[in-house]
Amino acid sequence: MTPLAGYLLVAALLFAIGLAGALTRRNAILVLIGIELMLNAGNLNLIAFWRYGPHPEVLTGMMFAIFSIAVAAAEAAVGLGLVIQIHRHAHTTDLDAMNRMKG
Amino acid sequence: MSFVFYILSALTVAGALAAVLLKNTVHCALALTVAFAGLALLFLDLHAQFAGFAQILVYIGAVAILVVFAILLTKGSETPKDGVFSKTWLAGLAVAAAVFAVLGWAVLQSTSRLPQDVKAPTVTVQQIGQSLVGRYVLPLEIVAVLLTAAMIGAVIIALHEKEGLQ
Amino acid sequence: MFETLDQIFVLLQHWLVGFLPLAWQSVAGVLLSVVVIIGLFPALFALTTVFERKGLGRIQNRLGPNRVGPFGFFQPVADGIKSLTKEDIVPLSADVAVHFLAPVLLVVSVFMGFAVLPMGRNMVLVDMDAGLLFYFAIGASTELSVFMAGWSSRNKYSLMGAMRAVAQMISYEVVLLLSSVTVVMIAGSLSLTKIVEAQNHYTWGLPHWYIFTPWGLAGFVMFTIAATAETNRSPFDLPEGESELVAGYHTEYSGFKFALFFLGEYLAMFSISGLGTTLFLGGWSAPFSFLTWIPSWIWFFSKLMLSIFVFIWMRGTLPRLRQDQLMNFAWKFVLPMCLLNLFVAGLWRFLGASWQRWVFCSAILILAYIGMGLGEMRRKHIGPRRYRYAE
Repeated sequence: MTPLAGYLLVAALLFAIGLAGALTRRNAILVLIGIELMLNAGNLNLIAFWRYGPHPEVLTGMMFAIFSIAVAAAEAAVGLGLVIQIHRHAHTTDLDAMNRMKG
Repeated sequence: MSFVFYILSALTVAGALAAVLLKNTVHCALALTVAFAGLALLFLDLHAQFAGFAQILVYIGAVAILVVFAILLTKGSETPKDGVFSKTWLAGLAVAAAVFAVLGWAVLQSTSRLPQDVKAPTVTVQQIGQSLVGRYVLPLEIVAVLLTAAMIGAVIIALHEKEGLQ
Repeated sequence: MFETLDQIFVLLQHWLVGFLPLAWQSVAGVLLSVVVIIGLFPALFALTTVFERKGLGRIQNRLGPNRVGPFGFFQPVADGIKSLTKEDIVPLSADVAVHFLAPVLLVVSVFMGFAVLPMGRNMVLVDMDAGLLFYFAIGASTELSVFMAGWSSRNKYSLMGAMRAVAQMISYEVVLLLSSVTVVMIAGSLSLTKIVEAQNHYTWGLPHWYIFTPWGLAGFVMFTIAATAETNRSPFDLPEGESELVAGYHTEYSGFKFALFFLGEYLAMFSISGLGTTLFLGGWSAPFSFLTWIPSWIWFFSKLMLSIFVFIWMRGTLPRLRQDQLMNFAWKFVLPMCLLNLFVAGLWRFLGASWQRWVFCSAILILAYIGMGLGEMRRKHIGPRRYRYAE
């Protein structure tokens, strides 16, 4: 197994763990945590391909990863603001309890 | 592969598993911080120093604190009475396992055809700076607008609505 | 002779490491420097606690500690013995793992920050290309340990103190970063050794330190304000305000863990003073060109102790700021001034070496300061007090 394959497998594992967390937990914040894990797994993939791929001096992989970090931070901020507002409205963050449009 | 890589991956995967499996939400957030730190160290192992330090600064310094604040503001530290996993947890787990199987198979099939010993690139911060304002200036400006919009949006979304606000 | 004295620690390190086989030499050299840092800065911390208590005492018109040793200088020994032998009380409902890890995380991340400070010519532990970014990344982890300490104690006062501390630290972190970015812009590098070397030139005997430029002076003042807020020192010490929140986020800590928090706070103060010295006061370079024979590490540590003295002086003199006053100050006054400072630094570089750039840059900064100060004050209705009586 090449070093690149090792990093890609770790990234795939992190992605799967994040996806499992986002799909199975009740609390809305834990879904956001799962999403952050998935984004981080994507970043690891990008940096691994930058390191082991052709032309690392063009810096494409690293730039992509840096922009992805910035966008993920913005998305986390907005997502958590939404979770806080939902909690104010429904007094719970339990996603299984929020299965109706009425409210 | 190197010993350092095994230790760092074990740390990161352990942190990620703890982040999705623990009952107490604040413990999940702290385990997520460990996963972020492990990832930053993996970036440093891949000779991407700027990305590693940016990961620590943004994710551990800002996103982890945001998550923790949100948990505290929504009383997330109280465990719900029906357990922490939803009723359909098995389907979610199956989907995640299927995704991992497909990705793992794709990786193992294809990476043997790439060149093996690629020399480690030396990147200076000056090169990153010049490419940011040279080749990648348009994404830079768009990210600036996006961050401004996200900041204003997050403040408006989370604002307290007073009675009789216009 | 003075060059040897200047490089004496580097030569000592090379000589000691020369006894080992070649393959181990670089690792051993780094380990030796790490051990020296771990020994030196806590010793400096012990000295600073005495200076602080005696200094504050004199400012408040009383003697400081004067019982233990000559003029009270063995007080840290007594304090150390006390904190090591006190009972370690953990509250019953506290989260034991997080409660234990919080001071550890704080001290570890503060020690890591010392790795990139250039303490003399060729005396930096790790010469990183992105050293300043590493320092700020590590500083961001200290906020998390403050939160962990406050939350794990299951005490509402601790939690409130931790929330206030984290909010304050996040707000002033932006100011800290922006005021350092002006230095990076002019020096052209994120590496702290290159920033010091860019300031190590002399014109007519006076140095090119960045504090002697208009944008550098404004940047240094804002950096000092942000540094005081980042380390939770007075006048920004509401999170640990002794008259308000018992002890803030370290209320429930006793014995050695409290000593670790105390150590972490003072080491953070040293670390950030070291950074301010490197960025604005020229690091290890001498103030006048005829004084360069004095070793560089003496200059660095003198400037560091001078900054510590200014911190102690501010603590004894200024009243505490309320939480909303402090946050207002950060976001509505200091941050716009920081952004303007960035623009002024760019203008400085753009105008080239001439007398006009001094005039323009100083004029812009002074006018902005007066304008924004007047604008902020107008909304405070500072005037004769209006009395309202109950009907």
